[in-house]
Amino acid sequence: MPRVSRWFVRAALGYLVLGFTAGAALLWNKGRPFAPGLARLLPVHVEFVLVGWTVQLVMGVATWIFPRFGVPRSAYGSAAAGWLAFALLNGGVWAAALGGAAGRPRLALAGRAAEALAALVLARNIWPRVRASGLSPM
Amino acid sequence: MPPLTRWFIRSSFVYLLAALAAGIVQAAPGAVRAAPVVAVWGPVYVHLLTVGWITQMIFGVAYWMFPRHSRAAPRGSPALGIAAYALLNAGLLLRVVGEPAATLRPGGPAGWLLAAAAALQWLGGAAFAINTWPRVKER
Repeated sequence: MPRVSRWFVRAALGYLVLGFTAGAALLWNKGRPFAPGLARLLPVHVEFVLVGWTVQLVMGVATWIFPRFGVPRSAYGSAAAGWLAFALLNGGVWAAALGGAAGRPRLALAGRAAEALAALVLARNIWPRVRASGLSPM
Repeated sequence: MPPLTRWFIRSSFVYLLAALAAGIVQAAPGAVRAAPVVAVWGPVYVHLLTVGWITQMIFGVAYWMFPRHSRAAPRGSPALGIAAYALLNAGLLLRVVGEPAATLRPGGPAGWLLAAAAALQWLGGAAFAINTWPRVKER
């Protein structure tokens, strides 16, 4: 597993725990209310679990596991592009989560834009690796 | 594919089918008016998909395919893996039962089902993260 994938996957595991913590607090509060303002955590829960955990894990595993032979620069594509996607995605997750929780729509918008840019950078980097390996007939 | 992975993946398909069936009922004309419980199914439907299907599929495949923890324990702690499966599913099933009931009767005893569901799912996620963390390595 390349270094950038390890960072993607470890960050994803961190968001899994943080996102589940926010979700558990919201669900407990729904059943046995203990903090009236807790509903503001919903954007944090959604952003951390959907993008921070799920999308990030897929990005890390795809960078690691897709076919590698004949890709220019390095076996995993451009390392700089991988790190740029990692930085954009994680900056975007925090901006979107905090923007949503704090009621600052411009911050949330910037976060979502950074997440979309991360996906674009990663897709461009991985695109040449989406091809037949020569081992399977399908 | 280890037995625990097969359990994760088979369960994830069951949740996928349950979620899509719930989605059909929810979208059927007149169903929302006919059964009040269907009208409050929204969060259950979303979590059947995101926790029951997607997260559980990821847990199963990661347990199977991530780099080996060690020669003696290639997939880390089997007990933690089983705990992740049991806690996540127990929590999700409690939520499926408890959330519509607690929404229709706020302040009732079903609220404790939600509290238990929250704790169980959190413990399941934490067990998976703890067991998987040491396997995120070069080889």
